[in-house]
Amino acid sequence: MKIAYYPGCTMKTKAANLELAAVEALNVLGVEFTELERWNCCGAVFSLAEDDLIHHVAPVRNLIRAQQEGCETVVTICSQCYNTLARANLLVRGDEEKLDTINRFMDEEPDYDGGIEVVHYLTLLRDQVGWDALKEKVVQPLDGLKVAPFYGCTLLRPDEVSIDPLNEGILEDFLCALGAEVVPFSAATECCGSYQMLAHPEEGMQRAAKVIGSANRAGAEALVLSCPLCEYNLGSRQPEVVAMGEDLEEVPTLYFTQLLGIALGLESDLCRLDLAGRAARDLLTEKNFVAAATV
Amino acid sequence: MEGEPISTPKPVHVPKTIDPVRKRALEKISELSGENVWECMQCGTCSAVCPMVESMGFTTRQGIHYLQFGMVEKVIDARIGEYCASCHSCQVRCPRGIEVPKVFEAVRLLTLRQNEDFIKLNELADETIVGAPQIAMVSAFRKLTA
Repeated sequence: MKIAYYPGCTMKTKAANLELAAVEALNVLGVEFTELERWNCCGAVFSLAEDDLIHHVAPVRNLIRAQQEGCETVVTICSQCYNTLARANLLVRGDEEKLDTINRFMDEEPDYDGGIEVVHYLTLLRDQVGWDALKEKVVQPLDGLKVAPFYGCTLLRPDEVSIDPLNEGILEDFLCALGAEVVPFSAATECCGSYQMLAHPEEGMQRAAKVIGSANRAGAEALVLSCPLCEYNLGSRQPEVVAMGEDLEEVPTLYFTQLLGIALGLESDLCRLDLAGRAARDLLTEKNFVAAATV
Repeated sequence: MEGEPISTPKPVHVPKTIDPVRKRALEKISELSGENVWECMQCGTCSAVCPMVESMGFTTRQGIHYLQFGMVEKVIDARIGEYCASCHSCQVRCPRGIEVPKVFEAVRLLTLRQNEDFIKLNELADETIVGAPQIAMVSAFRKLTA
């Protein structure tokens, strides 16, 4: 199975702290992959209207790029890219007429044949590496770190693209393999406010407050994220969110891939802890997972 | 992990006594969404799980009820489509299998296709433009601008 890695726009700019450790971790774990030579924005959200085919062109074009490179699988790290690519793939696989229209619209490209599988990074780790093998590669177990795993929306919904359709706890299993202590919390699969943080900031921050409050009450030391939009709402905007709630306390946010990088002992510049908040860096040094000098 | 391909649109039920203008509005929602709002049995589960329902003029359940009679303008005025975050919490819990976000995307598009935007780039704060990740900007403008 030849695997293509689709990065997406945010990974190459504002979410280097989500990407770099994840890519190096695949090398350490012995998973062969190639980054797509050419790719474009996936569109960020899946268009839901029956007559809106134009917005499926961007994700399908990326699948054509993977097909051109002889790959069978596309892996993504960003949750929204995963959701958009996987749903567009299912749409055209299930509707010959729409696939034909999109193919004819992109007449400068080879036709997409629907043969690509879109998987999320966590699914790839579970199925290609396995949690036991991952655990064996851990050199810095995250012992005593109480983490709240936050899935958000796009990894789980709708059902046909869920990375955890039977609610088995794929993110929890991943964090346990790294040695962390998973703290269940009720808002793990709720909406963080999404793009409404831009259109309606007050309402967006109220959503984020509910997630942070839930993590507080569960006793989480850190909130683990998989999506740059969740990170913006729950991490970058957290000081504003915490200021609006009476009982809220700041909780450090980290990407799941940063914790993977630390546990595998990757170079600190790959984990990009400099892009995490001060509270997250202090937590990791306090726990002796990273040296203070490296952050 | 990917599942089964998406099913084809469901046939729409239009009550025989409905006003012709509202009948056309209901048919338009059905055409855009591929969903039959008359499948809804008004259980209110969608409203119970909606993260933005407190900001809407009335609940998503009420929104679907108005749409069943083609009263689209009521739902537009309640800003349900504008506030929907497309989180799909309602869809995965709907006991009737209605893809509710598609219905409210259809409502949203009725406004957007009149060339009216719900968000304007020139009104965003500078720190938002600088700080927000690309997927925040792209998704907001994809969902909320014409």
